[in-house]
Amino acid sequence: MNMARGRFDKVKGWLYLLPTILFLGAFLVYPLIDVFIYSFEEGYNFTSQTYFGVGIYNYSYVLHDPYFLQAVINTFILVIITVPVSTGLALLISVALHSITRFRNLLQTIYFLPYVTNTLAVGLVFMILFKKTAYSDGLINQLINLFGGNSVDFIDGPYWAKMLVLCIYTIWVVMPFKILILTGALASVNEDYYKAARVDGTSKFRIFRKITLPMISPMIFYLVITGFIGAFKAYSDVVALFGTDLNAAGMNTIVGYVYDMLYGDSGGYPSYASAAAIILFVIILTITVINLMVSRKSVHY
Amino acid sequence: MDTSVDYKKAEASARVRGRVLGAVKGVFLALWALIVLFPFYWMVLTSVKSYSQYSSESVPKLYTLSPTFQNYTSAFTEVPLARYLANTLIFAVGTTLIMLVVITLAAFAFARLEFRGKNAVFVFFLSLMMIPNELVIITNFVTITNLNLRNTFAGLILPSVTSVFYIYLLKENFEQIPDSLYYAAKVDGTSDFRYLWKVMLPISKPTMTTIVILKVIECWNSYVWPRLITDDQNYYLVSNGIQEIRENGFGRENIPAMMAAVVVISVPLIVLFLIFRKQIMAGVSRGGLKQ
Amino acid sequence: MEIRLEHLTKKFPNRDRKSGWRAKRRSKNSGGKAENANLRGNSDASADLHNDSNSDIPQDVVAVNDFTFTIPDGKLIGLLGPSGCGKSTTLNLISGLLAPTSGRIFFGDDDVTELPPEMRGIGLVFQNYALYPHLTVRQNIMFPLENRKGKDRLSKEQMLSMADEAACLVQIDKLMERRPGELSGGQQQRVAIARALVKQPRVLLLDEPLSNLDARLRLQTRDEIRRIQRETGITTVFVTHDQDEAMSISDLIVVMKEGVVQQIGKPQEVYDSPANLFVAKFLGTPPINVFEGQVRGGKLYIGEDAVLDAGCVTARNEKTAEVPVGGFARKSEGKSAENSAGGETAGVPDRDVWVGIRPEGFLLREDGPFCCELNGVEVMGRDISVLSKNKASVNPVVRSIIGTENKVDTSSPVVRFALRPEKVFLFDRSSEERL
Repeated sequence: MNMARGRFDKVKGWLYLLPTILFLGAFLVYPLIDVFIYSFEEGYNFTSQTYFGVGIYNYSYVLHDPYFLQAVINTFILVIITVPVSTGLALLISVALHSITRFRNLLQTIYFLPYVTNTLAVGLVFMILFKKTAYSDGLINQLINLFGGNSVDFIDGPYWAKMLVLCIYTIWVVMPFKILILTGALASVNEDYYKAARVDGTSKFRIFRKITLPMISPMIFYLVITGFIGAFKAYSDVVALFGTDLNAAGMNTIVGYVYDMLYGDSGGYPSYASAAAIILFVIILTITVINLMVSRKSVHY
Repeated sequence: MDTSVDYKKAEASARVRGRVLGAVKGVFLALWALIVLFPFYWMVLTSVKSYSQYSSESVPKLYTLSPTFQNYTSAFTEVPLARYLANTLIFAVGTTLIMLVVITLAAFAFARLEFRGKNAVFVFFLSLMMIPNELVIITNFVTITNLNLRNTFAGLILPSVTSVFYIYLLKENFEQIPDSLYYAAKVDGTSDFRYLWKVMLPISKPTMTTIVILKVIECWNSYVWPRLITDDQNYYLVSNGIQEIRENGFGRENIPAMMAAVVVISVPLIVLFLIFRKQIMAGVSRGGLKQ
Repeated sequence: MEIRLEHLTKKFPNRDRKSGWRAKRRSKNSGGKAENANLRGNSDASADLHNDSNSDIPQDVVAVNDFTFTIPDGKLIGLLGPSGCGKSTTLNLISGLLAPTSGRIFFGDDDVTELPPEMRGIGLVFQNYALYPHLTVRQNIMFPLENRKGKDRLSKEQMLSMADEAACLVQIDKLMERRPGELSGGQQQRVAIARALVKQPRVLLLDEPLSNLDARLRLQTRDEIRRIQRETGITTVFVTHDQDEAMSISDLIVVMKEGVVQQIGKPQEVYDSPANLFVAKFLGTPPINVFEGQVRGGKLYIGEDAVLDAGCVTARNEKTAEVPVGGFARKSEGKSAENSAGGETAGVPDRDVWVGIRPEGFLLREDGPFCCELNGVEVMGRDISVLSKNKASVNPVVRSIIGTENKVDTSSPVVRFALRPEKVFLFDRSSEERL
């Protein structure tokens, strides 16, 4: 309702918004514009804040940097493995969880725990579980030995071993959110559909495929999309496992490359960092658009 | 006759199938619970083993009969763990408090006040939610560096005191408060600010609690920004602290002491989670896109 | 305090309404049903009118159209009309929550048109009570007092005693420490009234105060409101769509339709002498029976039955119709008076008319002039309701109510009635104004 009052009201709304506008402007809108500018300023020097040209050299440099290419490969492998595996596993767990009544709350609580733990801290635990040291091969290697395999150093050893640990840890970290969303989606499916199908003699598997899955498909796609985005931005779990010098470990990710360019041992190049960040953003955007197109085709809702 | 036999058979086989399926499900769920819980068990277990005991176990034992709290003492004395914790607390409380003020004012404006351009601004704000942090962090790093705010709490806190998502969440909540309450207050001569403070905020307490908890978790776990903006140990947060401990702490590979530090860092959040389980899970499922 | 409205008009820009009202949907703070009802109640005027004119062109919606009347001091006024008639808008204009498009509002001699709501000294009670759910009854009642600043500031003791006084008046002094969620609907209603009264308003406004209560409580609360109003003597305006409610407690009722006042008067007078077909149809349960009729040679015909002399049922022959009563003057175009200005004689020109007959206007007579096809009889204890059919009837069923001393021959295919002239009204066929 429009009150019977003066002009002040029209200004007042903006006054209440002022702090938000200031903060968002300074730390979100301005940087967003600025990062594009940086990415085209060639030879930007951080200390003197000067540059000598405008062009696409920064992009070309980044795209030819072997570290960046390694980071892109690592990130893609991580994405391609963890997103389907974690989504599928979360789906299985959620369905199983949904079908039981006893311990459901307890299990839900347990499954959510990784979400509220510090990624860096728990990553350290994973590291010592997998690490091979002078005095011990680590618990996981003991298990492998038990089944007749040979010890592998998962932290400083071969590439595939390191990637395997990274994928396992990443999945462990992202599962809580997916289970939470999927159990929520399953709970919101009207029980009457199941009853009707049961009465018609539909098998459980068929019920799952023909009723449950279509009903929760929007949520699955939501998880796939956010999963892709999240996995492309992987960084802190990698640091947790392999330390801050990711290039040396050959385990860098695109985001890690951005931060290394910005700061750290090889840092001081905001232009390269910007170019890499924009490349990452373009990759994420492309994948998301493809995801959305696929989901529009396959989510019948 | 025939049919009755069939029924019995069908019944029996259905029962068997049900049991097998139930058992498979149970084992599967228990296995995942074990995978989730084991790292927590392992960190606690390792943290109460003495250094010599840990080093001498070439096959790590799954339990210990002589727990020691020595590692906790070293975690607080040999590395500035208390400092990290205090820093994180200051960072979390500071960020959350400032954010609450900022987003409450904004949500109130969107939910309750009428002004030109409101809808346009709101849509613009929502579109900002899609900007990944990685894209803006570069300039923010440069801005904070140029402002000479590196290694200060201001530099740590300022870039993360607004959240469009929380504004959205709170606005939705504010809008659920019936209009008539506002008009009743208006007629009685209540100022907008008093109405916000005395009526809207108390009614929205559950949502505010959720927002506070989610923000505190976010602060407690934040790593990237603090890492960029601090290189002075006196301003390290727990994430950076743990990385520092891992790379330079304790002088040697003192895994048990490291695990003690990890336990100390993890416990506050787990306790918080166990207390506010419902709010946290509801809040995350509404807006888990963040993080 | 006398309230005077002069040429009050409120238009809503159509475009604004659309986005404005849609945003306010759900509520979890009180029961869903009650809440929905409230949102309708608060917004029905504009929202429903908006629906009426659902064109693509953003067109102004006139919720209140040139509204002029005076509410006498100390009276209880019912604003009555179907949803969308502008009654809530009128109330909101008086309260100051809405600003009029044009026209003036006076409280006594003060022009309050530009005054913000909090300066007008009004108490407002909402349909859903609008109690603050997190505050106790006492805190709710004290809330308006705590707003006072500067020299009006009250001491804690003053506020407590004023709150107690208001609570005693509405008889909730035993519930002061409870929260609204722990009270019944009727009790919440009382708290809302106490909160409105505690600041000793010049005017008390009630927006559909009874519609969230169940039937029994509604009767009780109705009397309660009447009692409180008498005791305090505060000029009170209340909005309702329920004619029973309005009729039973108001000193005056104002019947509205589509933003235009149809009639103002004492409840019984409006019932006995409706100004037009709409008012006649809106008031009365069971509703009035409407027939197509003709006046031919001074006789009133329904179908082929000459039921009455036309002259004895026109408005000017009634003693009460000439003077719309009670210290107020209607300035909109006079209806009954002007239309009948033509003659004092019984002669009514031949014309087509609508004939409205109240259910109690039928008398069962073997030789009655009005013949209907008998459908059935409902015995309702106190009286009998005869259901019949007539070709000229607008409604599918003609419902008449007769005393139980009458015996209806249910085997007969027809039933014959005589009519009581004071319960029969004639309306112009096109303008629907009373003749």
